[in-house]
Amino acid sequence: MTWSAQIGFPILSVITFLPLAGVLLMLLFGRGRPAVYKVISLVVTLAAFVLSIVMLVALDTKAPGMQFVENFTWIKALNIHYGMGVDGIAALLLFLTTLLGVIVILGSWNYVKDREMGFFISLLLLQVGMAGVFCATDLFLFYVFWEAMLVPMYFIIGIWGGPRRIYAAIKFFLFTLVGSLLMLVAIIVVVYYVKDNTAGGLTFNIQELSRQVYTYHLQFWAFLAFFLAFAIKVPMFPLHTWLPDAHVEAPTAGSVILAGVLLKMGGYGMLRFCLPFFPDAAVTFIPYIVVLSVIAIVYGALVSLVQKDLKKLVAYSSVSHMGFVTVGIFAAIAVANNAAGMEGAILVMFSHGLLTGALFLMVGYMYERTHTRQIADMALLARPMPIMAGFFLFFVFGSAGLPGLSGFVGEFLSLLGLFVYSHWLAAIAATGVILAAAYLLWMFQRTMFNDRGDEDVRPAAEGLRDLGVREILTLVPLVVLVIWVGVYPNTLLDFLHLPVQEILHRVTPSLQSAQAHGVAQLVDAAKGLF
Amino acid sequence: MEGTQYMKIAVALIVLLPLAGFIITLLLGKRLFRARSHILPVALVTVTAVLSVYAFEWVVRHPDTAFVWNAFSWVAAGRFTVEWGFLVDPLTGIMLLVVGIIGMLVHYYSIGYMKDDPGYYRFFAYLNLFMFAMFVLILANNYLLLFLGWEGVGLCSYLLISFWFRKKSASQAGKKAFLVNRVGDFGFTLGMFLIFVTTGTLQFTGVFDKAEMIGSGTLLWICLLLFTGAVGKSAQFPLHVWLPDAMEGPTPVSALIHAATMVNAGVYMVARSYPLFVQAHTAMLIVMIIGTFTAIYSAYIAITQNDIKKVIAYSTISSLGFMFMALGAGAWAAGIFYLFAHGFFKGLLFLCSGSVIHAMGGEQDMRNMGGLRKKIPITFWTMLIGAIALIGVFPFAGFWAKDEILGSDFSGGYYVVWAVGIVTAFLTAVFAFRLIFMTFFGKSRASEEVQRHIHESAKVMTIPLVLLAIPAALLGILVGWPPDTGWIHTFLQPVFFDVEREKFVWVGVGGGLMVFSVAVALLGVYVAYVMYIRRTELPGRLAARLPVAYEASFNKMYMDQVYEVVPIRSTIAFAGWLWTFFDVKVIDGAVNGLARLWELLGERLRPLQTGRVQNYAFSIFAGMLVLVVVLAWVWGS
Repeated sequence: MTWSAQIGFPILSVITFLPLAGVLLMLLFGRGRPAVYKVISLVVTLAAFVLSIVMLVALDTKAPGMQFVENFTWIKALNIHYGMGVDGIAALLLFLTTLLGVIVILGSWNYVKDREMGFFISLLLLQVGMAGVFCATDLFLFYVFWEAMLVPMYFIIGIWGGPRRIYAAIKFFLFTLVGSLLMLVAIIVVVYYVKDNTAGGLTFNIQELSRQVYTYHLQFWAFLAFFLAFAIKVPMFPLHTWLPDAHVEAPTAGSVILAGVLLKMGGYGMLRFCLPFFPDAAVTFIPYIVVLSVIAIVYGALVSLVQKDLKKLVAYSSVSHMGFVTVGIFAAIAVANNAAGMEGAILVMFSHGLLTGALFLMVGYMYERTHTRQIADMALLARPMPIMAGFFLFFVFGSAGLPGLSGFVGEFLSLLGLFVYSHWLAAIAATGVILAAAYLLWMFQRTMFNDRGDEDVRPAAEGLRDLGVREILTLVPLVVLVIWVGVYPNTLLDFLHLPVQEILHRVTPSLQSAQAHGVAQLVDAAKGLF
Repeated sequence: MEGTQYMKIAVALIVLLPLAGFIITLLLGKRLFRARSHILPVALVTVTAVLSVYAFEWVVRHPDTAFVWNAFSWVAAGRFTVEWGFLVDPLTGIMLLVVGIIGMLVHYYSIGYMKDDPGYYRFFAYLNLFMFAMFVLILANNYLLLFLGWEGVGLCSYLLISFWFRKKSASQAGKKAFLVNRVGDFGFTLGMFLIFVTTGTLQFTGVFDKAEMIGSGTLLWICLLLFTGAVGKSAQFPLHVWLPDAMEGPTPVSALIHAATMVNAGVYMVARSYPLFVQAHTAMLIVMIIGTFTAIYSAYIAITQNDIKKVIAYSTISSLGFMFMALGAGAWAAGIFYLFAHGFFKGLLFLCSGSVIHAMGGEQDMRNMGGLRKKIPITFWTMLIGAIALIGVFPFAGFWAKDEILGSDFSGGYYVVWAVGIVTAFLTAVFAFRLIFMTFFGKSRASEEVQRHIHESAKVMTIPLVLLAIPAALLGILVGWPPDTGWIHTFLQPVFFDVEREKFVWVGVGGGLMVFSVAVALLGVYVAYVMYIRRTELPGRLAARLPVAYEASFNKMYMDQVYEVVPIRSTIAFAGWLWTFFDVKVIDGAVNGLARLWELLGERLRPLQTGRVQNYAFSIFAGMLVLVVVLAWVWGS
């Protein structure tokens, strides 16, 4: 469905590029006037957020394919289009992006002291890139947004980050770049394969490309290239080591966006490209990916347990939680009729964005007060800051997967999907849920409660101010959503049924043929690979 | 069906009122309500208690129809669907009475007990949240919603155990409770997965309808996994270690959550899953064995504890073991009967201990008490009733339930279990009256200062004691008469539909066992009397004579130490190794090594860029030569 039929204005482009307009306004009127450029950033992100709600409401969850589609020829010679459009999955992630966009602007209101306008500009540019990634329906456009997003993030870490910011920024950049270059090669291969072998000719349209049939040989390598790019973003074990460094050095806003949106692009990419483009290869790789994901769940949780730095702890916990995403996606295609796993995985993506975003935000608020992120330097913060402790407790339990809050439903469904695939792997992965409670509650006890003996201990810094109105405002929407999703996840699930079905329809024949041919096909395929 | 719309309203209010109380009190309590924070929560809980009685009465009027209400869809993903659905049947009816009435009384009691605490509003907010979660747990009509309540009460338990979070021991105990329960919930979760994969639903009726079609191996796994959850929540061996520590919480919490309601959730869940368990004989056997072992094990620990609350805590574990023993032996109704009675008398015992602690200015060590009988008479008499009910002396509440359980062990042919039960009953009598004698009799061992301030608690605390003492005394004879065919059996018949009931024989095995067990209990009281009143030097001499037996009991069988070393320290050590070696050295080492490799390569290649034109010209020439050779070879072949 096109935008003109649905809503009357190209809503996706407006949402995507509003922040860019904000940047222009800031450059024109905001120089040296903090009040002006902050208000501009807040207004444009708020507007984008409101529009994304409008978009969610207007989206028809019963209609197949892309919606609010915009399509203009961009580079005629290569048949590249400026193509925008969303399905239910992309719409939810776009909503999450704009929501966190507002929250980080509000949350960083007084955070940076140095080159402040540049910081806000970077945040807005980052949002343009992220929104574009979720909206693009043209592979070339997707790639442009994908790469464009790297630059502001690189600056956010590299300029406004902590002491080892350069190391972290370069590490982040190189990891992602390795993945994206592989993806670029695969994109070219795929596009030219279609050009040479079909009547349609050269096209970059994602929908079109995902309907083609590729040889197994091509699928195998292209899948690996795409998958690697997304696996680095997720990040999957053992490609995760950029994440703790990036998080520790990044300013609060950077961490929130990184955990809240950037990681989700990995899962999104797998759903949008790896599965529909290369279903046969995807089926081949199921066992390896599932096992790596289960390792990630348990490994991430174990390593979180022993972290001394709050941000590192939350970063490793992300590795663990994102394991539920990849496990849900690939378990869902491993067994017929297992859509619950994939819907759960997407739910985990959304919920992790809310909860981990909130946790990073709160760690940032604590850092602004105590000037430390070392768990050992904190204690009994609940006494001077009860409101802070209350919110923190809420998000800690949300992250630990308490039923009734957003984390539970997604993890439950994703694990259920895995259980259908393999009982024993599900049992191993479920220990991650025990460990999650362990590292989160232990962390909470050490920071907010007392773990130092029965004497009253005092926190390192005196006279700590509790959360202010602005800070509470950044957390309340997250609280509301976490509860909403926990109590009535159908609001989100309704968006997912159809896109998930479409993906599964695409993969099911591959699964069936793989099941019919079993190992023999794999061996044949492996012979033809080189 | 008549009256279901009223039932819907009642059920909705039972769930929502405490939730509203929690939210409002949490938001406004600190600034607005302050010392009046209790008014709203107490009022709301009173209303829910009335509504619980109404719902119970509805069940009594409709013995053959369960009230089922699917309010709205909770999760619908793929084939997986779960509702916010509620069920009221006789089993729920009993639980509603226990939770509603004891919950209300504990709320009233807390007004006095928590007076002047800086966290007054917080306490009542949490209590209301607990009521919400507990009601969801018992009203749910599917496993997932039950699990929501299950984890919800776990959260409240955490919050209330850690209530005085400035104490390390309290914050430690709260964490421990939640984590140990998580281990049990791990099993529960897998059990739910297996149920769903096998039957395609998590709704009780849907699952139970298919119970007979499930393969016996799968069914055994389902039952054992569910039971793992119950072992955690109902503090059975080996996951019982959190409950004694949970006594760090304020005493009303111990009474409500850790004696009368939440800890029964495991028993309730197993009883709810009756159609599954009844088909899995091995699972029942395991339930019985774990229950029986836990019963005697914790009773043995209780006899040497000096902290008044710890004694009652171990007694609670032992009682819960009794309930599982009953369920496992097939005495389903008797197990629930015991749960019903136990809620009242154990709640009473805890509240009395709270009143004692209050009177003693916070002292919990029984070695520093004594002679309180005259000074706090209401507490003394009500606690005495609670103790008699606990040890099961005719005609108090515990008597009827306990003897039904022991009787069915015997008639079921589980003679060893019966014998262990009798020994447990003896130990129970000893530690219960050891507590009574050490606390209320003899000379006061408290300091002068403390003695001067001993006072009976306020009316708001003593009235709940009296109100609980009545059912503790009379409930058994009211609902359990005549044994094995009393009202409660008829009432629960629709739930435990397959259980065969034998008529109780007064003159014969049944009556004989009854007399015997009462005699054993009275013997226990006599032993306690001799040891703690007549010859007070005896316990010390006995401990010196049997050091191993004494130390093992006193140190709680060293279970905490075992857990500290095996799972906790080894996990942390392993995790530390994973991080500092595997993550940092191996994985990241490889990453940085790769980067270093490129750097070195660059360093090595740098001399090539000499900046001298002759060198470049040579390179170009060499390159051309190679190219020509390669091309010639390619074309040639």
